[in-house]
Amino acid sequence: MNSLKAVWSALFESFRDLLPIILVIGFFQLAVLQQPIPNFGEIVIGIVFVVIGLTLFVQGLNMGLFPIGETMAYAFASKGNIFWLLCFAFALGFGTTIAEPALIAVANEAASIAATGGMIADNQQDRDSYAQGLRYTVAISVGFAIIIGVFRIIKGWPIQYLIVIGYSGVVIMTVFAPPEIIGIAYDSGGVTTSTITVPLVTALGVGLASSIKGRNPMIDGFGLIAFASLTPMIFVMGYGMLV
Amino acid sequence: MMHLFIDLVYVILDTVWDVVPIAAIIFGFQFVILRKPVPNLKRIIIGFLLVLLGLGFFLEGLQAALFPLGRLMAQQLTDPAFIASNNSDGILQWWDYYWVYLFAFAIGFATTIAEPSLLAVAIKANQVSAGAIGTWGLRIAVALGVAIGIALGVFRIVTGTPLYWYIISGYVFVLVQTMFAPRLIIALAYDSGGVTTSTVTVPLVAALGLGLASTVPGRNPLLDGFGLIAFASLFPIMSVLGYAQLSEWKERRNQHSASRQAAIPKKPTQ
Repeated sequence: MNSLKAVWSALFESFRDLLPIILVIGFFQLAVLQQPIPNFGEIVIGIVFVVIGLTLFVQGLNMGLFPIGETMAYAFASKGNIFWLLCFAFALGFGTTIAEPALIAVANEAASIAATGGMIADNQQDRDSYAQGLRYTVAISVGFAIIIGVFRIIKGWPIQYLIVIGYSGVVIMTVFAPPEIIGIAYDSGGVTTSTITVPLVTALGVGLASSIKGRNPMIDGFGLIAFASLTPMIFVMGYGMLV
Repeated sequence: MMHLFIDLVYVILDTVWDVVPIAAIIFGFQFVILRKPVPNLKRIIIGFLLVLLGLGFFLEGLQAALFPLGRLMAQQLTDPAFIASNNSDGILQWWDYYWVYLFAFAIGFATTIAEPSLLAVAIKANQVSAGAIGTWGLRIAVALGVAIGIALGVFRIVTGTPLYWYIISGYVFVLVQTMFAPRLIIALAYDSGGVTTSTVTVPLVAALGLGLASTVPGRNPLLDGFGLIAFASLFPIMSVLGYAQLSEWKERRNQHSASRQAAIPKKPTQ
């Protein structure tokens, strides 16, 4: 009885998270564009799917992704081997980014811009290799970002110093990068962090900060995602300059 | 209706492919390097399966219900015929796009509230701060940041001003804010910039940007259609820092007025 109640309240919470989208789309469709809602039945089923999906995701987060991220952080901290921790950090950043669907889409888009802008020859082969090069560039930059972020947690450096360096890097690269690449580069920072990466990386950071003496999980534990969205901008502009 | 369920199976299979490399890295390091038994391994594996299933349902639901309608809406709202119907002189100025700005604001806010990555970070921040940072407080602050960011990003596409002006002045603003913000919130605020834009926000916002850039006269979709995501990752940093500054300032004022009231001797009644 109690668990049934818990399921209902979890489903209700997910529905509440979704409600703003339903209201916005409903309002613009009915009141502003003044058109009926097409495929009403399918939309209702879709909404039910989204609500179920969000509920299962949050459940799985607390059961699987958060605990494993923290367990590994504690295990690395107690083992005291920084080399393997940094290897893990790189693998996690690189591995989760290279297969990211949003990144694949952005890379293909960038390749067609480069072809239209005359930066590369306009044929399928050159486009594919350009897009693939870009994907590897971004994935390496995210791996690199997680390494720096983990190293910062170990050393306890204030995050703002590294962010200032990163921002300066972005500004300097903007001056020299070809203008066609700038929009893509700025956007690539936002698309790299997927829904599975974020909870894992957050749990890793918080776990590390709470198992290393003298670190505060609130001040030192967060910030990994911030680096993962900053370095791709610099690397992608660099890629645009080199290729 | 049936095709929804068939699509669902495909989407779940796709998600499996996204998760396999991550699981391989985690369990590879766990068993080869760390060589320590994982407590509650069964529970963790069930958790992974729930995440898989959950994302499958979530993505299929979005693709079936909300994305097609949202994309269509972005197209219709940016259609010059629709925008011209609101103005009499026939020359489109940037303020004639007010429905587009409003839609950008509203859809930015609404999709961010439903973003699973942000929910994950909010849950973690709530745990770590022992409840001091409410999940809703953080999510609403971030969502407002995304809403303002996307509305401004749409304004940029309409006016055709260079993207880097906005982003670089945004950086300067964030750095100034950082100097005055409470230390505890800084890392979380920087993180919230990266988590806002994933599964829900990117497809709808990208459709809006490309739609607008291909209909506003003088814009090139390839050059001007991008950049909305960048706005959506920058402005939440400001809004979260601002939210923390505001609550700190309020608290200080309350304490201040409380101590002042305590200092003033009460008037004798009668």
